[in-house]
Amino acid sequence: MMEINELKKKAIEIRKETLEMIYNAKTGHTGSDLSCTDILVALYYEVMNIDPKNPEMINRDQYIQSKGHAAEVLWTVLANKGFFEKAELKKFSQYGSRLIGHPNNKVAGVEMNTGSLGHGLSVSVGIALAGKMNGDNFHIYTLMGDGELAEGSIWEGAMAAANFGLDNLTAIIDRNGLQITGASEDVMKMESLKDKWIAFGWEVQEIDGNNMEILVDTLRKPNKTGIPKMIIAHTIKGKGISFIENKANWHHKVPTEDEMMTALSELNQQLEELKNV
Amino acid sequence: MSKKNTIANRQAMCEVLIEEAKENSDVIVLTSDSRGSASLAKFADQLPAQLIEVGIAEQNLVSISAGMAHMGKRPFAASPACFLSMRSIEQIKVDVAYSNKNVKLVGISGGISYGALGMTHHSLQDFAVTRAIPNLQVLVPADRHETKKMFKVLATTNIPAYIRLGRNPVEDCYPDDSYEFEIGKAITMTDGTDLVFIAAGETVRQAMDASLLLKKKGISAKVLNLHSLKPFDELAVKKAARETGRVISVEEHSIYGGLGAAVAESLSEEKGIVHKIVGLPDEALVTGTTIELFKHYGMDGASLAELGKKMVE
Repeated sequence: MMEINELKKKAIEIRKETLEMIYNAKTGHTGSDLSCTDILVALYYEVMNIDPKNPEMINRDQYIQSKGHAAEVLWTVLANKGFFEKAELKKFSQYGSRLIGHPNNKVAGVEMNTGSLGHGLSVSVGIALAGKMNGDNFHIYTLMGDGELAEGSIWEGAMAAANFGLDNLTAIIDRNGLQITGASEDVMKMESLKDKWIAFGWEVQEIDGNNMEILVDTLRKPNKTGIPKMIIAHTIKGKGISFIENKANWHHKVPTEDEMMTALSELNQQLEELKNV
Repeated sequence: MSKKNTIANRQAMCEVLIEEAKENSDVIVLTSDSRGSASLAKFADQLPAQLIEVGIAEQNLVSISAGMAHMGKRPFAASPACFLSMRSIEQIKVDVAYSNKNVKLVGISGGISYGALGMTHHSLQDFAVTRAIPNLQVLVPADRHETKKMFKVLATTNIPAYIRLGRNPVEDCYPDDSYEFEIGKAITMTDGTDLVFIAAGETVRQAMDASLLLKKKGISAKVLNLHSLKPFDELAVKKAARETGRVISVEEHSIYGGLGAAVAESLSEEKGIVHKIVGLPDEALVTGTTIELFKHYGMDGASLAELGKKMVE
């Protein structure tokens, strides 16, 4: 187990490497990566039972990233965990690379291919249901974007998870409130999200999704028997970098050289502050 | 035919799946309120723990099946072909084929077998769209015997597949199931030298009837059964085309993108071959049963024989 402060530092390191990857490749979903970085770090470094040396371990916990476009942060986390060599991150989006702009199960550690929104939850329902039938002991975590919730298929999955009593399933909404066009609530009203998921038969917790302590604590709590768990993680799109935070136009934007230097210096400063804790 | 067959292909499928599921608990069936339409009620009665009902939600049906396949299950997801191949085509492309999960997608009541229910319930684009998805086999059995052979194989393969079945009993094309069946290998139903009918699914019987009619007129028509639209037996198609020089493909599908297209693709570099594509036209269809529509659109045995005769003359 890592101390919370170490996890916070790790999240900053991951943000730095994710940005470098996007900057090198000149492509990536910067804002989307940064909003969910803390969630991925909490899952991969603290919560999930996984073994990078044995990626298909029986009864491993599984992670499905339904918001597949935040692939850069996933690649960075998987490389840092040792699923593949970190040097490969430089090949992101390059000719012939397996590190593409969405999760790809040619890479160890990726369970299912995603990228088209609204698939991850139903796939996770299938995984969780088969796990129940097999009597397996593992947990599945599914990360969705908030804009993604406009996809009708999500609600098919929502119904089914409760119908089948999948208490081995936890879904997380990266509720950063922004999508490519603008504010998610303006694009398609979805509040009250909490009430919707409760009405669909889920246990719902609303938390600060960029607070490592709260994230770890919430993710670690077991589900109520027979009930899938939803964590509505309120996050900041572009979290960690002042000029990227809360800007919809950073959904799929690449930093310039100057912006990159400023971003790295801001992240380094945050690291320094944590060293003094 | 001495005795009219009353067993639909979907019933033959159910029998095989019950057998296989009893042997292997990983064989499961998923339905979208479609167990009745798929003739799977008997499966549900005998093996309730191996049948998953997801309600009227075809996208969910396919994604859940993919997730279960990821965990080592052998899911057969059965839903009307019109919905399965259209509503959930993206789940088929991404969650099944692209993620490479061993799901068998069973499109029931395919083609025009829902007849008078109209275009919402016809699946005449399914070959075209599924054929263009990498890592997905596309299969269509001709009769109950072939259905049985096919599903026995499918219960043990690890490749994603879309299988289209009709709704109503079709006349037998094979006397029994004591023949060699291999996915991707076309079967010569009748030998012939003047022309070849290339058919798939329920049109195989029509082509065989046409061949019998032509025989009486002294015309020798070969019938090739392409039960696998993918992998497609190009060699057999080319060979038959070269031997006869005249090809009539006939399919219960739009004339665009299906069997006829696959045949034309195979023959695109061949010289001196005439190929006529017979199928359903690019328009809303008239109302009727399968056989009424086959007759209306020139796809029944008699119409095909007439076409064959003209081609030879």
